[in-house]
Amino acid sequence: MSTLTVDKDALAGAAEPAPRNRGRDRGPRRPAWKTGLLMGAVLATIAIFLVPLFWLFSSSMKPHQDIYSWPLRWLPRELTFENFTEAWGSAPFDRFFLNSIITTGVGTLLEITLAILCAYAFVFVDFRFKKIAFVLIIGSLMLPGHVTLIVNYITVANLGWLNSYAGLILPGIASAFAMFLLFQYMRTIDKDILQAAEIDGAGHIRRMLTIVVPLSSPMILTATLIVMVGKWNEYVWPLIVTSTADMRTLPIGLLFLRSQEGYSNWGVIMAGAVFVSLPMLILFFLAQKRIIGGLAAGAMK
Amino acid sequence: MSLAVRTPRPGQQAPAGSDTKGSSAGPSAPQAPPRRSEARRRSPQRRRRVRRDALLFGALIAPNLIAIIVFSYYPALYNIGLSFFEWDFVSPSPEWVGLGNYTDLFTDASFGQILMNTLIFTGVSVIGSLVLGLLLGSVLATKVPFTGFAQTMAFAPHMLPGAAVGILWLFMFDPNYGLSRWAFSLFGADSPAWTTTSDWSLWAITIAYTWQRLGFVTVICYTAILDLPKDLYEAAALDGAHGWKLFRHLTLPLLSPITFFLSITGIISAAQAFDIISIMTSGGPGTSSSTLSWMVYEEAFQKFDIGTASAAATVLLVILLIITYVQVRYGDKKVNYDS
Repeated sequence: MSTLTVDKDALAGAAEPAPRNRGRDRGPRRPAWKTGLLMGAVLATIAIFLVPLFWLFSSSMKPHQDIYSWPLRWLPRELTFENFTEAWGSAPFDRFFLNSIITTGVGTLLEITLAILCAYAFVFVDFRFKKIAFVLIIGSLMLPGHVTLIVNYITVANLGWLNSYAGLILPGIASAFAMFLLFQYMRTIDKDILQAAEIDGAGHIRRMLTIVVPLSSPMILTATLIVMVGKWNEYVWPLIVTSTADMRTLPIGLLFLRSQEGYSNWGVIMAGAVFVSLPMLILFFLAQKRIIGGLAAGAMK
Repeated sequence: MSLAVRTPRPGQQAPAGSDTKGSSAGPSAPQAPPRRSEARRRSPQRRRRVRRDALLFGALIAPNLIAIIVFSYYPALYNIGLSFFEWDFVSPSPEWVGLGNYTDLFTDASFGQILMNTLIFTGVSVIGSLVLGLLLGSVLATKVPFTGFAQTMAFAPHMLPGAAVGILWLFMFDPNYGLSRWAFSLFGADSPAWTTTSDWSLWAITIAYTWQRLGFVTVICYTAILDLPKDLYEAAALDGAHGWKLFRHLTLPLLSPITFFLSITGIISAAQAFDIISIMTSGGPGTSSSTLSWMVYEEAFQKFDIGTASAAATVLLVILLIITYVQVRYGDKKVNYDS
């Protein structure tokens, strides 16, 4: 009896100090100079990442003469949105935005739907050759996407999908990583709830929609965010498959803008880069715990 | 609907039912081994249920599986086939050249340079981001003030499109108006023309790519360090291990599964890096910053030499499959001090 309580305490003790304050109670308190040194290192870390980002945003809002000046001007003397209007005018950014939103939105919706259906089947539907199908799908994670470009281009051309939304979206909807995340999560769902629903007469589709999907919604959200970022940032496929400016997505628009402006108008080019980056940065700052958590879970299995 | 509702019920109970039947029949009947198949034969409901589940399973995974086969497996295989032909995307009959494309590749001096570039780009970015990431991750794991903010800032570049990262670094490397001029002027030197001279272009794309990947590696290392078993550290502290010693002999070995994973996935994604290269240098000047992944694109979609492009893609495929094999084969050997 007593061993049992001791065990329980030890368990609670191990589980309780969430990773958050683990560092703090390790060993004796750190001397002040060490904390100072470490804080210096942390600030250096921040600088490594923040300075280029700051440079991106500040340059996009600098007037022309502040960019082309020496010594370098870190802070703009006045903030201007000229670069943004000029970038918007020199390339069809409205189309780029629209195309990016459509391909990302529809593509993500389709991919997550496929992932949910597939993960549900693997967890809850019996089938003798499940393992083979699972290995086939997960195995595709190991195929480097870059080697499929040429043949996918041929396939899409044969289907008559070049320079169309179908051609942009459909080759990318197959889901292995998101499927795997959802599969791992759905496995933890208590099967008793589903059995109860089954006895109440709910078929598979109803059980999936009314029980499994709502219960998995945290992971569905995480997977959606990760897939979405990937699709928004997609570069090589849209570059290959589109051929007219009105079908280009934002990252390709950036290439377009660069070749148009050359190296003589950095402010405008940085404004274009802000157009492309800002939606993802906002998404990241709103949902960073989910995104980092999902990607870290993928890394540590 | 009512029929569909009724059928699963007996079906669901079938395994449990057959079990009890089996156990009650077990002692009396000697034919215990074949009881499973017999039970299956005896209950048509169960058979129907199995078939229905199989159909449902097929219907649920079909869209994903078909998409994966059509857009991943089939192209990877077909690409190998293409590498034995001479073709330009349009001529109606590709010309069979056997291993010609491969012998051309491996006798071409510029292909040697491209392989070398790929090796340098991949090696430097993977090792660089891993060493720096371990360092920064350990710093963040000490939980001094601002580490939360540092984690956010570190991860942010990983969220950005490679095109934006590439164009940002292109500007920073501008020898006249970029941050590079400022940084070199601190040492009284002039900035090199990073992206337009062949001595520097490979380093320009390598640095930009490493910067983008560094935050991801840092955050993964940081999370992994916080997950390490705390009691080992207490024991080590009692034994008088501190600082570098502790890191070298405890943290590093414990982290080895993660660092192994990060190096393998790092190699796989660096070898396919494309957007940063395309935006910053387009492989140039000459082939000075061309990697295998850029070459595949350039040969196929700018020179329309499908044979060469698919042969290069096959080389890339073989290299990456070997690396993946290494991971699958050796990746699960975790260092475990728990026993």
